[in-house]
Parts: sequence; C-alpha cells; structure tokens
Amino acid sequence: MSSQNNTPTIRGPNISKSIRVDLQVIADLVPARARVLDVGCGDGTLLDYLTRHKNVDGRGIEIDRDRVAIALNQGLSVIQGDAEVDLPDYPDQGFDCVVLSQTLQAMHDPKWMLEQLLRISTRAVVSITNAGYWKNRTHFLFAGREPFAVHPDETWFNTAYIHPCTIRDFVALARDMNVRIEKCFVVGPKGSYRQTDPDSCTANLFAAQAVFLLG
Amino acid sequence: MARDDSPQLDASKAQRADALGGQVVRLAETTPLALDSGVSLGPIDVAYTTLGQLNADRSNAILICHALTGDQYVAGTHPISGKPGWWDTMIGPGKPLDPANYFLICANILGGCLGTTGPKETNPATGKPWGLDFPVITVGDMVETQRLLIDHLGIEQLFCVIGGSMGGMQALDWAARYPERVFSVMPIATAGRTSAQNIAYHEVGRQAVMADPDWCQGRYLEEGKRPHRGLAVARMGAHITYLSESALTRKFGRSLQERERVTYGFDADFQVESYLRHQGITFVDRFDANSYLYITRAMDYFDLTHDYDGVLANAFRATKVRFGVVSFTSDWMFPTPESRELVKALNAVGANVSFVEIETDQGHDSFLLKIDAYHRVVNGFLEGAAEHRGLNRS
Repeated sequence: MSSQNNTPTIRGPNISKSIRVDLQVIADLVPARARVLDVGCGDGTLLDYLTRHKNVDGRGIEIDRDRVAIALNQGLSVIQGDAEVDLPDYPDQGFDCVVLSQTLQAMHDPKWMLEQLLRISTRAVVSITNAGYWKNRTHFLFAGREPFAVHPDETWFNTAYIHPCTIRDFVALARDMNVRIEKCFVVGPKGSYRQTDPDSCTANLFAAQAVFLLG
Repeated sequence: MARDDSPQLDASKAQRADALGGQVVRLAETTPLALDSGVSLGPIDVAYTTLGQLNADRSNAILICHALTGDQYVAGTHPISGKPGWWDTMIGPGKPLDPANYFLICANILGGCLGTTGPKETNPATGKPWGLDFPVITVGDMVETQRLLIDHLGIEQLFCVIGGSMGGMQALDWAARYPERVFSVMPIATAGRTSAQNIAYHEVGRQAVMADPDWCQGRYLEEGKRPHRGLAVARMGAHITYLSESALTRKFGRSLQERERVTYGFDADFQVESYLRHQGITFVDRFDANSYLYITRAMDYFDLTHDYDGVLANAFRATKVRFGVVSFTSDWMFPTPESRELVKALNAVGANVSFVEIETDQGHDSFLLKIDAYHRVVNGFLEGAAEHRGLNRS
C-alpha cells in the first residue's frame, strides 16, 4: 500500500499498453477530491491510482469475486455485484463523478446504463473501444471475420464485448439522449492520445479507443 | 491473552481477574441499564479478555463480538474446553487480527454463561440463580452492555467492531446506535434482521430444551439437575444449519460408523449421526440451557428495519462508518441475499461499504474457519481502514 508511482500500476494479464493510457486519460478527467464511483472497477487499478494521486473518495462495483478480493486487499471500497442489477439502488446525484472504463459495450443495455450513470452522478467518464478503427474495418472487409473481440483469446461467440460501437455510434446515442459530450479524447494504437472533435471522421477511423466526458 | 493493558481504568468500578484468566468488571451499578423490554437491570458483571496494547491516542481498539454459543476466549487455548478459542484462526501474530497492531477486546455477551450477567448467575434480589426471572434481552441490550465496558476502558471511538453471525448483528447495531463511536464495522455472515427460517430453527431448539424434564421450568440449577438431553438435541439441530449439504456429503457421505453394515436399530449407524451426537454432548458441558433460550430469543427479535421505521437504510443515514460486509456462498442460514440487502441499504445512503461473497462449501460456519480468500479480505479491509484512520501498524 505504500507505492508512490506516478503512473498507474497495471496488474494482471492481458492488459495492453493502450489500456494503461486509457486509464491515464480517465484519471486526468476526474476532479481531485471528488466522490467517485468506478463501475466495473476490476481489481481496482484506477481507483487505487485516483485515491493516491487525486485524493478521491472512491467506490467501486465489480462482478468478478477474485478481482473484488484483490481490490479490497488494497484497502479500496469495492462491492461485489452486477452493475446492471445494483445501480438502481444508488441515490440520485450521490457522486461527483462516475467512471465506466471499457465496460459499456459489455452491458446488455448500454443506453439504460448511460441513463443510470448520469442519474447517480453529475458527470460521467466513459471509455469505449472504437469498432470503427481502420484495422477492424479492413479485417472485416478482407478477412470476412468478426473483428471486435477485445482479447486475443476471445472470439465472436465468447466475447463479453457484446455491443460493439464506433465513436460515431456513441456520439449519435449521446445526442439522442440529450447528453452533452464535454470532452472527447482519442487514443491511438501506440498509446498516444489527444483531445478531438467527437464528430471528426479521422478520429473514428484512426482511434483504437475513445474517452468521453459526459455532463 | 487475559492481560488488561488499558491505563486509567475507572477505579470506582469493581474489577477483578476471574478464575479462568479473564477480567470481570461490575457495571451499571449506580444507574441500571434500561433494557428494550422496559425492565431495568443492574448491576451487570461483564467478563472480558483483551489482547495487545491500547495505543497512546486510544485509536486502535477492536471490539470482537461473539456469536450465539461463543465466548470471550477468542484466541489461544480455551480455559474450559482446552481447544483453541473460537476465532484462533483469525487472531494472533501474522493473522488478520494481530495483537501487534490492535488492542483486541472480547466480552461475554449479556445473557451469556461465562461470567457476564445471565440467567445462570445469582439474582441479587433472591440470592438464587436468575433462571427464567432473568429479563428477556435483545441484541441492542448486548450492545449497550458492551458500550458500558468501552466507556469503562476509556475508549471514545472503536477502530472496528467485528463479528460473525449474531456477532455481526452486534456490529451492525453498534454502527446504527453509535456511528460516532465506531470508525469501521465488519458484519460477517449476518443480516439486518433474523429470517423466519432462523426463528423457526431457534424455536425447535428451545422446545427441545424445554421438553427435557430436567429443565424443571427453568429452575434446574436449584433442583441440582441439568437438561443435558434437551440442550444436546437443540445443539444437534442447530449444528446442521451451520454446515451445508455438500460439506456433510464431502465429510461423511453415507459412511457407517465403525461397522460393516447397518444394525437395523437406532444406534448411530452413520458417521454423521455419531458426529452430531458428539457435537451435542460436548456442547452441554460448556453451555447453560437457559442462556441458550435467552440468546436465541434475542436473535429472533433482531430487526434493524423495524427499529428504524421500516426502512433499513434509515439505520445508517449520514453515517461515516466504513462497512466491510462478507458472506459465504454455501451459508444457507444467513445467505448472501441478506448481506446484499444490507449493502443495498448502505448504498442508498451513500455509505462507504465494501462487500464480497467468499466461495466455499463450508456453510455458515465458514466465518470461523481459515479460508485464505476470506482472511485476505478481512486483512485488506482492516488495512485500508487503518490507513484512513492513520493507525501505525507494525
């Protein structure tokens, strides 16, 4: 519990360098000393970082029992539960910021999830994997295979990533819901990131991931 | 384990070491305790043990609350049974509750039978054992008695109140009653209210005790008798609820007890029968039958929802207490949905709550056992809370 690294520590397998950047971008969007709920917090990597470096009052929900235990072992406040079942129990506007990192597309009802996030918090930071990334497009075009499984050991029939969407799809949903996109960051395949116009065609083509600040 | 390291004890209170190596203090002497039943009770003797040292700012005290048939001898060798204390797996050097880090307190509950005032102790008004003249008590009354002890020990805020089963109920009651006097609580394998099923099993146990002719309408101590058969049956029935179907199958299956074939009689043919009989017989040597009636009754009455206007969340409104809730997959006495109800109520009031369900086939008794994942969670929760409290740990 005493490490004072300036970068988030990533634990566990299959976490690519680009996800590490994704967490850094999210962390930059979370206000210091905020009350934060990390939905699908995994082993608590981001929560631990936010607690140490931004003094947040952080909570997490995670469905996987073993990851919850790892998070608790770090002294984090995490509940083992299913966000799609448990979020309605949380009061309106109980948090300053809610984070949904790489989890939206694994939800059965992403629209409902976004509504819940913005009910329990004034701002939401949501990151997605961009299905419109050019490699996905060319893979689909030339290999004729489903390109959206996130982990190398997953494929179309066993991936948790059940609602692939592009940056443009996400922006359209936000507009439909009258949700304001305050900021949009895109993350490239090598881990570079920059703020961009969410309507940018090049972003939708060249970004592997995107992080949105909704409010 | 019986060392009392707390300085500046209130010298006006009668404090003595008891014969079993614990401490006994006489409380509620001048002002009797107003029980939930409306009866006033006092003085109250409280038998307790401590481990470790209270730190200079008195911020490292953990109150350990025992369950229905537990007692204050939490760790080391039990002075009566000669076996390890009921939470010896959890307490000790290098274990989650390490006396090097914390000042650990465990008191025999009100209504218990190992030194704290209860039905087997002498009623000062009659000079005879209380028996059924002892007032009916509640979990809240147990907590108030513990609060008197904590006052006596000069501790303003407990770092943690921790316990499993009925001990978890006490932890929850502390958080609801005295949120400013507890920094964190760990309710383990418990619930905010006792279920109909548990009340039902308690009633079977009580009826078994009361059906024993040696119970003598509760006056067996005066008659020189003990309702051993009834109490043993009560314990056998209860013990089944502490285990699980899969654990019983794994441990015993249909194996026969020291015989090749069934005897076509009512001996303990099966190992599981022999095991239960042993549990019953060893229990009656260390437990008082009337205490069993009173304590199961106290559990039956436990209902935080009822106590707080029908809304469990009301019990914890605006609380700053950190909650670490733990349940076990195979616990059918306090199943996980009951812990989830608690978590739901705590979330509704924005409380700081952690929750994990530990996977095990050991049933309700899991909270007493050395299960690595469980111990890591307890340790992790306490470590995190200690960091927030600013405790120095070795």
